[in-house]
Amino acid sequence: MEIVTQQFKHCDLIKVKGRIDSYTAPKLGEAIELINNEGRYKIILDLSGLEFMSSAGFRTMLMGQRTCKRYNRGEIVLASLPQRTQEALDLTGFTSLFKIFPDQVTAVGNF
Amino acid sequence: MRTAIFQANFKNLDSIRDYVARVAKDAGFDEAGIYAIQLAADEASSNIIEHAYKEDDNGEIECTCSVDGDFLVIIFRDHGLSYDMESIPEPDLTGNLKKRQIGGLGLYLIRNLMDEVHYESFDKAGNVLTLKKHIVG
Repeated sequence: MEIVTQQFKHCDLIKVKGRIDSYTAPKLGEAIELINNEGRYKIILDLSGLEFMSSAGFRTMLMGQRTCKRYNRGEIVLASLPQRTQEALDLTGFTSLFKIFPDQVTAVGNF
Repeated sequence: MRTAIFQANFKNLDSIRDYVARVAKDAGFDEAGIYAIQLAADEASSNIIEHAYKEDDNGEIECTCSVDGDFLVIIFRDHGLSYDMESIPEPDLTGNLKKRQIGGLGLYLIRNLMDEVHYESFDKAGNVLTLKKHIVG
């Protein structure tokens, strides 16, 4: 899995390429934490390059969302969610916990 | 029937998913079916590594795949700690962000992605998790 982060004026972008599983999910958690450590809590998770995500990834996103949404200081939103991951998130009721945007540009406009 | 043995380490989840994907493809599953089988196999293996072996990577996961009539049968065998699968409650999937549970999601996914799930624990033969999925092209 590869992670690329980019800082915009009003939010941060995390772009994930590859597979998120129990082995790689901690790297995503670290990327979210690094942004949070700078006092920034508005994050777009661009999943256009995602090939696979297990429940380890769901848990990491849930933990991140809890931190970001605390005190209404921000949130994690998802962009370009692949169909298979969307189905698995639907199955576990996770889609109700995140705003989902068709692409990165629309997601940036949310903040 | 095909069997592969993997060292119980999260690093090998990639190989386990690739292995079951090849088997599922050969059995005639479409792309959605292959993904479901990969996800179930990942969750099953992750549970074995985390809970049966407590992340001690000296353990092994034996994965045997076969076709039985209209079903693909995938058997995971480990020699780690056993657990009572029936005692693991279904996670609450409707709670708000604060109340949402972190655990139990893997098993929930396995049960929903596969048509039959059976777990049995033996002394010497170890723990055996059997997953079955109806073959649809």
